This record gives sequence, C-alpha cells and structure tokens, in this order.
Amino acid sequence: MTEIVSTTPGLYPLPDWAKEDLKTLKGNQKEDLISGDEGPEIQSAYEEVRTEFIDAQKAASLDRIVEGQGRWDDMIAHPLVVHDDVETRGIVRYYDNNNFYREPVVNDELSATGDVAAELSAGAEQVDDGLQAVLPGPYSLADLATDEYYDDSEEFLAAIADFLAEEADQLPAVETLFLLEPSLVENAPEEGEDERASEALDTVANAIDADVVAYPYWGALEEKVYAHVMDADIDALGFDLVSNHDENVYNAQEYGTPDDVALGVVDGQNTLVESPETITERVEWFSEQTQQNDYERIYATTNTETFYLPVNRFEEKLEALGAVQKAEVKA
Amino acid sequence: MTREQFRPDDHENEHFLLTTVVGSYPKPKWLHRARDLFEDEDSKFDAEDFEEAKDDAARLITQEHERCGLDVVCDGEMRRNEMVEYFAHRIDGYEFNGPVKVWGHNYFDKPSVVDEVEYEEEWLVSEYEFTSDVATQPVKVPITGPYTLAKWSFNEVYDDEAELAYELAELVNEEIEALVDAGARYIQIDEPALATTPDDHAIVGECLDRIVADIPEEVRLGLHVCYGDYSRIYPEILEYPVHEFDIELCNGGYEQLDVFKEPTFSKDLAMGVVDIHAREIETVEEIKENIKKALEIVPPERLTVSPDCGVKLLPREVAYGKMENMVKAAREIEAELDAGEIDIEPPAPSADD
Repeated sequence: MTEIVSTTPGLYPLPDWAKEDLKTLKGNQKEDLISGDEGPEIQSAYEEVRTEFIDAQKAASLDRIVEGQGRWDDMIAHPLVVHDDVETRGIVRYYDNNNFYREPVVNDELSATGDVAAELSAGAEQVDDGLQAVLPGPYSLADLATDEYYDDSEEFLAAIADFLAEEADQLPAVETLFLLEPSLVENAPEEGEDERASEALDTVANAIDADVVAYPYWGALEEKVYAHVMDADIDALGFDLVSNHDENVYNAQEYGTPDDVALGVVDGQNTLVESPETITERVEWFSEQTQQNDYERIYATTNTETFYLPVNRFEEKLEALGAVQKAEVKA
Repeated sequence: MTREQFRPDDHENEHFLLTTVVGSYPKPKWLHRARDLFEDEDSKFDAEDFEEAKDDAARLITQEHERCGLDVVCDGEMRRNEMVEYFAHRIDGYEFNGPVKVWGHNYFDKPSVVDEVEYEEEWLVSEYEFTSDVATQPVKVPITGPYTLAKWSFNEVYDDEAELAYELAELVNEEIEALVDAGARYIQIDEPALATTPDDHAIVGECLDRIVADIPEEVRLGLHVCYGDYSRIYPEILEYPVHEFDIELCNGGYEQLDVFKEPTFSKDLAMGVVDIHAREIETVEEIKENIKKALEIVPPERLTVSPDCGVKLLPREVAYGKMENMVKAAREIEAELDAGEIDIEPPAPSADD
C-alpha cells in the first residue's frame, strides 16, 4: 500500500500585510534585506508570519508542515546570506525567473550559523507532528554562490555540503527534510561533478535522522545525473511533473527510483488552481506509468517554491493539496 | 525614411540627430499624493479630481520635455502606474489577485489571464490625443509589447506563452491602428522581457509581424529592449519589421558596443547616451563622447539620441538635467558634423546587406 503524503517545498509568499509592514520596517533596498540580526519589531512580524503559515497548513490538513521560510529574502541562497563570513554583492537573477537575489560571496571558511535551526525550532513549538525542514541542496547552493576562498569548485562543493550538514545537525527533530536542488536541472553538473553532487547529497542526508527528499525542479534530470543521484543515500527523489512529465517518467521507468518519490503535481508558478481530483489523477498517472516501482510513500507537492503566487491562490493550492485522496493509489 | 518628418522646421544644423526619451519620467510628488487621496475611501477626492491631477501632470511633464529641447516628446507616462498592470486593466480576460515578489520587499501586481484576451477599451488613444494637443513637438507613444505582456502575467488559459503573446499581438495591432488614426506617427514597442529570455527572439519576431500588419509605411516603429546580453539577440533582431532599435548601452559602459558592428547594423539606432541608474548628471562633453560611440555603428542620419531607458526612478531635477545636457550634446555634435570636425566612419555595409 502506497501512502500519499501532502506537503510543499516551503518558501511561501508573505501575507499582504507583512509585505507592507516589513517593507516599512526594513526598507526595500538591497542593504535592507535580511542579515540574521533583526531587531525585536522585525522579529515579531516574522513570528506572526510563521504562525499564519503554520495555521494555513494545519487548516488545509497538510501531512507535512513547513516553517514557511518567510525570512528567506534571497530564496534558497538564504543560509549563506546570513553568514558573517559571506559578503552579499549585487542583485542577480534567480534562475529563469523575473526574480532576483543577492549574490553571496564566500570569503572565509564556512561554519554553521544555526539560523535555519532557530527559525524551525520556533515553528516546532506550534506543530505537534509532521514537521518538515527545508534546506537548499548542496549543489544548488554552491551554484548560486561565488567562491573566493576555497581552492576550486570541487573543494567548494564539499565545503558547502559540510556547512549544510552542520546546519542540518542543529535542526530540531523533524519527520522529513526537503533538499531543494533546482540547479541539478537548470545548470546540470558535468562529468565527474555529477558524482560529487551525489556525494554532497550524502553528506547532508547522513547528518540528520529524518526522511530525506532530494528535490530537483524546472524540468527533469539528465540521465547521467539521474543515475548518480540514485546512488545517493536519500529516501525519496523529486519529479517535477508540471514542467516536464515525459522525461521525468522516462527516468523513473529506465533507472528506477528510491522507495519513496516526491511528485510536483501542483503548479507553484501559475494562479490556475488544480482540483484535488486533478492532483490525484496526476499522482495515479505517474504510478501507472512506472508500475515496476513499488512505492512505499508518495509525497504530493507543488512543483516549486510558492512565493511566486499571490496569497489567495497560494492558500487555495494548499487546500487542494490537503484534500488529495489519501486512499491507496491503484498502480 | 520615416525619420525626416520629425526634423523641427527651425532646426539650426544641417545634420539632424533625433533627440527623444524612452518613456517614463519621475511623477511630481503631488501626483502620488493625489493617488493616495483617490484610494483613500474617507477622502472626498474623487475619480474626476484624480483625472484632473493626471491631466495636469501630463501637461507639466510634456512641457518639461519641450523645455529640455527634445525633438520628440511624450507625457512621461503620467497616467500609467506600471508597464504591465496598466494594460492588463484595459484588456478583457485579465484579473488581479494581489502582489507577488520580484526581489526583497519589491512587489508587482502580476495579473492572471483567466479568459481569452479581447480588445475592450482603448489603451492609449486618449493619452496620445491629450499629449499631442498640449505639445508643439511631435509625440512618441511607448506601448508595452505583447511578449512582455504575456511573459509577466500568469497564463491560465493558453497552451503556452507564445500562443498568449500572439493573441496579445493582435490587440496591440488594433491599438496601434487606432493610434495611427488619431494621428500618431512614432510608436515604440517596449519588450524588456526579451532581455531576460533572449532565446525567445523568434516569438518576439512573430509578434512583430502581427503588430505591423496594415500599419502605414510612414509610421515610425521602434523596439526598445533593456539591458541584457545583446549578443544573444543580434543579428537576429535585424530581421524584425521595425525601423529603429532602442538599446541600453551606457549603463554597461558601452562594453557591448562591438556586438552591433558585425554584421553591419542595418536599422536606425536609438542609443542610450545617459545612464538612468546613476544620479550624477553627465556633462555635455561626456554625452558627446557617448554619441560618438553610436556613430561607430550608424551614420548620423540613422541615429536617435535618447536615455538608456525610462528615467522614472531618478529625482526629477536629475532627469531634467540629463535630458537638457543630452540635447545640448546632440546639437553640438550636429554642428561639429556640419563643420566636418568629426571623422568617424561607421562600418561599410558588407556585400550581403
């Protein structure tokens, strides 16, 4: 029997009141963005945001609850931008989106800040079960950053993986950890680098006692990359069925999957709200196409982060995901 | 030649470098206050009052452009709040759901296409008519292009962005026909989204084919593409059915100037000669050096001189200072060209041009 688990990769849109209040409290220039040492007024606004995020997920009956990452001004580059030994430079494009983040430049040895653990611990107090952590995957975080300290890209990727492992080690007890890895698709690792990207996933996954989901999106992994990621010590692998279902199914058919998979079946970047029936159909379709794999658990999720959406549609999508049929999927 | 019609009757030099703007200009502070009052439910300031405020601002900024000495002016887009939102509010099939993040705490009210897009009410005809009544100089009309309108919206209806963009191109064509009927002779299509996804240049080309259908030949059509990696859209854009390309090179210190030299630039060039991201007003001498760089690409009779992009983010006195110096620089270059004091040869057309 396959268990269907509804969840999201986090990075939620701020409630509209918080967009206004935080713009006033912090400013809207690049030097005003999050640095990890916010004053009490800003902290309190974010606490309220966190509570709203958690309440919305509970109201939607999602099986996994994320902190919502309201503070992540720089999207998945966040864990680095709050680091004292990381300088933030210009505003650069966030993948192929009309969104921008501050380029983090590493110019000293990296060590954990505990920033993500602190915000998740604050959220954990409000969640009885099903807590889920979200971190960037090591390959993606290294890809978004610039290195001016380590000898080469190989050493840098290993250092980022160690850094994320230390961050993961400080997290409170969680059921699941999502490692967001869009760069594995968007800027695919080359020969040799693909194996190291897989080892980097191992480093982070081994640092935590939780189910670890490696979640690539905006397309499908190249076959060689897929094969290497399959070697990693992860519990589940993600498939963005919204942006490319054919190649994702092909990979799952051709190379198999871990026991669990995370299926991106709700569009995180479009306001059209999928019905729970559509979501269920998409999950069933993937199962039928890959009958050779016997899934223990399928995470049903948005295909991307959801900060791209206006708040009303974001909340409707959470509700649709929470209403997905939990019965056994006929494979 | 669509360009000569914009030469002022009293133009003092033999050479003519057409001076103009890209479009947006800083709004007077009182216009922002008027909008706040209009949006305040407790205020007695109603729609009619707000219209009057926008008329006043359009009149003021059009005349401010003329005082700078620009050959072709506009109203600084005083009536427009944003380059996609403004149009989406006037097109059937769009709805608004609230702001979305662009970066940090900067947001955009990104609209959704929830039904087939249809032409409902005019977009810019009354803006044009008002401005041309106020202006003594010819008026340019900037209009957001269909690719950007599609790319910067949520698409709930069409199979892909290209299909939505082609549908929107038909509506842009309808609006331009109406503008031409109203007397407009200089239309600039703004496609900033092309700078961010240059691989889609063929989609923009197909949109332009739809836009120019049945537009009379004497109407000057320009295309403005903001800062990006121009090597990824050049020389493909030379195939586009427009007369002029308006590009942003000053901000990048003209590093990409050479991109446009090979193959030979066969259209008219509107080149940014002042930086809209810098608050220092460039001196006339500095701007003259920038204009000379443009002459490495096209001869003077194919050169338009403009700022890099819309100047709305600058303080108003800085925007004014930049325009004023830009016009002075253009007039001085014209005089030097007349006197034979400038010796820059643009690349000779190659055999297959």
